[in-house]
Amino acid sequence: MKPLSGAVCLVALAAALAGCGEKEQVVVYKQGQYQGKADGKPWDNESFSGDRGNWEATIKARNQNQNEYRRING
Amino acid sequence: MARMKFICDAERCIECNGCVTACKNEHEVPWGVNRRRVVTINDGVPGERSMSVACMHCSDAPCMAVCPVDCFYRTDEGVVLHDKDLCIGCGYCFYACPFGAPQFPQAGAFGLRGKMDKCTFCAGGPETNNSEEEFRKYGRNRLAEGKLPLCAEVCSTKALLGGDADVLADIYRQRVLTRGKGADIWGWSTAYGKPDAPATAPAAGGKS
Repeated sequence: MKPLSGAVCLVALAAALAGCGEKEQVVVYKQGQYQGKADGKPWDNESFSGDRGNWEATIKARNQNQNEYRRING
Repeated sequence: MARMKFICDAERCIECNGCVTACKNEHEVPWGVNRRRVVTINDGVPGERSMSVACMHCSDAPCMAVCPVDCFYRTDEGVVLHDKDLCIGCGYCFYACPFGAPQFPQAGAFGLRGKMDKCTFCAGGPETNNSEEEFRKYGRNRLAEGKLPLCAEVCSTKALLGGDADVLADIYRQRVLTRGKGADIWGWSTAYGKPDAPATAPAAGGKS
């Protein structure tokens, strides 16, 4: 009888202690960081040869093509 | 540094779907995926309004916030892009996006969802600029060619404008001042009503 009660006590103790190992279950959200591949700049190609100023000037001129008042009136 | 945005003038849009067709053709977008579409309120009723909608490249994009694999990034020009090699096609971004921009091709049998596809502002993605790989995954990179999104450039009535937000605001302001109306039909108070003038329901018989 005695070994059996000892085993029961051991199991009960292990079960009681199992609760002490419980992990925090509340999710902590963190600001994510981009995990993918790095992207190149739009001016890093054959057309602009890395000339950022040239690219910006081109886009700026292209923007103004959408203004028909400017296009019509010169 | 430019901050790229789209703006659609509902007073000018004639629902021709030229922007949709141009986008589809330029990027060889597969069937079932529509990076851009035209939405019409009160279709067929006098006073109907149409608007071309795609990814609005939000400054604080909800798709970026909810993505479990963090595959989204914002370029220095303010364009929201994503890495298709990382995307798991979960669809969270679709639920988070207020414009329904993220699209999912049906990749296989049983409705299996493929990797997300959306408007790139014609800026390609995280591959070598103008490479075959970039075109296959993300479509053409017109920004790297010194051009603006084709949908805006092709717009016959210039209802859809795309480019540097400051320049677009100037163009739109000049337009509204010239025609003497238009600012009132666009914006938050029109979409959601004011306390003294609640938003009205769509007219009877009109589709929304």
